[in-house]
Formats: sequence, C-alpha cells, structure tokens
Amino acid sequence: MISNSIQQPRAATSSAPQQRTADRAKPYYRPYVPYLFIIPGLALYLLWSVYPLVYQLYISFFDWRIIPGQTSTFVGLANYQAVFADRTFWMAMSNTAVYAIVTVAGQMIIGLTLALLVNRVTIAKRLFRTIYYLPVVTSWVVVSFLFIYLFSPGDGGLINYVLVKLGVIAEPVSWLANSNTAWIAIYSLGIWKGMGWAMVIFLAALQGIPTELYEAAAIDGATEWQRIRYMTIPLIRRTIFFVLIALMIGGFQVFISVLLITGGGPLHRTEVALTHMFDEAFGDLHFGYGAALSYILAVVIVLVSLAQARLFGRGDQNLEY
Amino acid sequence: MIATSGSQNRGVNIAIFLVLCAGAFIAVAPLLYMASTALQGVAFVQPFPPRLLPESITFENFEQAFASRNFGRAMLNSALVAIATTVMVTTLAATTAYGFARFEFRAKKLIFAVLMVMIMIPGVVLLIPQFILAKNLGLLNSLPGLVLVYSAGPLAFNTFLLRGFFENLPRELEESAIIDGANPFTIFWRIMLPLAAPAISTVAVFSFLGAWDEYLLALNFLTDESLRTLPIAIANFRGQHSSNWGLVFAGSLTAVIPTILLFVFFQRYFIQGITTGSVRG
Repeated sequence: MISNSIQQPRAATSSAPQQRTADRAKPYYRPYVPYLFIIPGLALYLLWSVYPLVYQLYISFFDWRIIPGQTSTFVGLANYQAVFADRTFWMAMSNTAVYAIVTVAGQMIIGLTLALLVNRVTIAKRLFRTIYYLPVVTSWVVVSFLFIYLFSPGDGGLINYVLVKLGVIAEPVSWLANSNTAWIAIYSLGIWKGMGWAMVIFLAALQGIPTELYEAAAIDGATEWQRIRYMTIPLIRRTIFFVLIALMIGGFQVFISVLLITGGGPLHRTEVALTHMFDEAFGDLHFGYGAALSYILAVVIVLVSLAQARLFGRGDQNLEY
Repeated sequence: MIATSGSQNRGVNIAIFLVLCAGAFIAVAPLLYMASTALQGVAFVQPFPPRLLPESITFENFEQAFASRNFGRAMLNSALVAIATTVMVTTLAATTAYGFARFEFRAKKLIFAVLMVMIMIPGVVLLIPQFILAKNLGLLNSLPGLVLVYSAGPLAFNTFLLRGFFENLPRELEESAIIDGANPFTIFWRIMLPLAAPAISTVAVFSFLGAWDEYLLALNFLTDESLRTLPIAIANFRGQHSSNWGLVFAGSLTAVIPTILLFVFFQRYFIQGITTGSVRG
C-alpha cells in the first residue's frame, strides 16, 4: 500500500481522508484482536446455520439417499416440481395459512384485551402478568400431551365434561377423531399458549404511554372506547405491527403440536407444512423432497413478513407524543 | 376515569378484576389439571367427574417415572445439554457482539448484514441439512453434537441483542482504562462484561429454556436410549394405545417445574428479553 501511494499520487489523495480518520481514532488494539472476539461465534454459526442453508439447496436438487452405499442422483428441479404437484402439499400449506390467521387473530385480540385490562387495575398487576405467561414457558411437548388429555373423548374428558355441563354440546365429542374438531383443539392450544406473550409486549407498550394523555382525553369527554380506538391503538401501532409479524412467522412454523396431537391425520386432513416435510424426510427418507419443501416454506415465511411490512410498513412507528 | 363518579368507577374496576381472574383461571386450569392427574395415581381411564384438585395425593407416578431406568438419566442429559448450551451461547454471543460493537475490521458491515438476514430464516427449516451434516461429521448420538447445533441456532439473534447493549455503554469507561494501559481483553472481561450482566442474563435464561425443551433435533439426533433428553423420555411414557396419563404428567411436571421456577425467579430478564426483541419462550 505504501509503495502504491508513492507510485500513484491520485490513489494516495483519495485514501488520505481515511488515513486521517484512522489516525484520529487510533486503535489501541492490535489488528488481529477483533478476530479473536468474532471468529469463535461466527465459525460455529457458519458451520451450523449458514452452511446448512446452502447445503439444503444442494440437497434439494438430488434424489438424496441417506442410506450408506446408495448413491444420490442429480434430478434438477424435479423435487420442486414434485412438491408443487403434490396435493398433500397444497392442503398442508392452506392448513398452515389458516392456522396462522386464526391463532394470530386469537392471540392478538385476547393479548391486547388482557393488556388493556391489566393496565387498568391497580393491584396484582405483576401477578396477572406472571400467570398469563406461564403457558408460554411450558414446553410444546408437554402442552400438546396436556391438550390431548383435555380433549379426550367420552364424558371424562375435561372439555367434554365442561361443555356438556354448560349445555354447549349434547353429547361428548371425539375431538381428535375428526379433522374439523381436531383443529379446534390445535387452534385453542396455539391461542392459549401464545396469548401471554402478546399480552406482555402490549402491556409494556401501554405502560409507555404518558398518563397525562388519558387525563386530557377524559377531560375532553372521550368515552373509554373512543380513547382506546382513537388514542391507544394508534399510539401502540408499531408494537401491534411487530407482534403481528412475529406471531405470523411463528404460526407458519406450527409443528410439534400437530405432530403430537394428530400426526397430520386423519387422511392428511390436519397436515401442516412442517409435519409434511418431516414425514417425507424422516418417515419416507425423501430428503431431497423435504429439502425442496423446506426451502419453499422458508421463502413463504420471508415473503409473508415482507408483504406485511409493505402493507403496514408506512405506519412503522408508534405515534409520537 | 376521571369523568365517572367514584362508585361507578369502583364497580368498573371490580368487573375488570373479575374478568382478569377468569382469564387467569383459563391460563392455569390446564396446568393445574395436569398436576392433579399426576398426583392422583395410575390413570389409564379418566376419573369421572374430572377433578381440578386431586382427591388424595400420591406420588406413585413420580416413583414409577424415576424407577424407569432412563428417566433420571434423561433429566441429567437435559440438564447437561441445557447448561452447556447456555454457557456456549452466552460466551459466544457476548464476544461476537462485543467485537461488532467496539472494534473495526474488514467487511464488518457485510458480515453483520448476513447475520441480520439469517435471523429471518426460521431454524426449523434447517432440520434436514443439519441432520445430514451431523451424520457426516459423526455427531449423531452425541450430546456435545446436540449442544453445538443448539448453540448455533440462537446465536445471530443474541449477537444482535447484545451488540445493541454494548454499543449503548458509555465509551468513557474504556477510554480511561486504555489510558491506564489495560488491554482489550481486560477491558472486556473486567469492565464491559459485568456491565452487560443483565442483558447476558436475558440471553442465558432463553438459551437454557430453549435447550431444555427442545424436541425435534433431539428426537432425530439421539437414537441411543441412554442419551435421550427429557422431552423424548416424556413422549416415550405416552404409549401409542394405552397411556398411563398419570405417568406422562408426572414426567411432564418434573420437566416443567424447573422452567416455571426459572421464569418466576428471573422474570425481569424474561420480560426484558421479550420486550426488547422477538425472543419467544
């Protein structure tokens, strides 16, 4: 570099400002020090996240054989064609989208309502927050089994017992034997487990709104509903948008609950994208197909988040107060 | 609030309080029912009518769970894996984040941008290549192998979280230390790390919980029975046709209680993590 700058004065002038900045903020560390900090983490991440992402693209172009001794053959886009021609794939994708919409709506409405109410009470605020959050910290495996048990057939199942007592249903229902009623169990689990998460975030946003604003609105004679609709909701717009995207991304990844509660059955009617991927790859050893499907799902998730960012993006800020 | 009269206000507050209590009941009732079933003894068929609180308490399901050879082992495995993952994630995320926050190096912006893009890719879609990679590296049926994959997953997000924290720490702190002749490692270890303790605790609780509860990778990576982790052991208690639900839930409760205690005691860090980023429990 030094010899360069002697031979080429123009290059030297262009790099001069940089040189001056470097002199001013003279590093107190040797040049290799930053790498000692970042390389261990980046190496691990490169091996187990970045490389798998690239490797998966490669796998998706093969009739991939996992069994030793068998050779994988290059098939081009055949796996992607197979995915798009597969009726179960389309059913799984539409089931996944409906699951995401239903559970996200449920979690957001309940989460926001609970947050508004908790924000109003003066006692036991923290206690309520803790209790609503308990389902969130409970593992998916455990709550999936728990919901199988709650939705047990016969009159001993807790849900059947309560609904018969309340007169909502005349006879006990075999919830998990039929896809329509199995979805009710799967949706309720998704909403029940996630509402506390939405509530905690909404509550934090509500607590950031200065109370003077409410007092001013109350003096102006705004009703409770008007205050929520025209003041609170616009003020926490950015938070609502954030929760929506985060929950949508989560909704599209629905997996363990469906895997354990129905396994995608009966007749693939409750199949979702990831259970289908899992069956194909780890059940039928169609790893190439599974890799193609995973890629498609990843693209869908990224597109859904980007589309939402565009749709609601203009309001990408909580209103200033 | 101000416009309404005092007694009306009190009525509204009581109504709100009751609604919140009903919501709280819905949130905990399933968990109570689980605990009650676990404590009620063998339950191949459900008692009628269902009981939220057990009639009499017996620990026979817990005794049976721990008597089965692999359950205690599974718990130990889960604890080891979760602790190792927590140590790995906190150490690597803290050093990497500090590197990005306080040093200059080549391609820094580019590398960070790649990490940010990767945050958008959900980890579960990498299940297939991670499995094949682990198989090729001979890391199937190995708890250290599982720890490596568990640690890599949340690294990008936690690096992002901690980088923001380190960047907001005042520069004067390290400047005076530099004048005193301290080297970058001393500054990181003695000054910056202690200041970042709250943020690192947040990373730690979520890493621990993530590894303790993980099911899919463990299911596919570990076939050796002595290596299985807690979620796999619980799933095994549930036989295909006749499950002793008392046993399933005794195992479940054993796995869930530590996570609930962790949450209750370190609630600050959970709330901090949830509200500063998209961490999900």
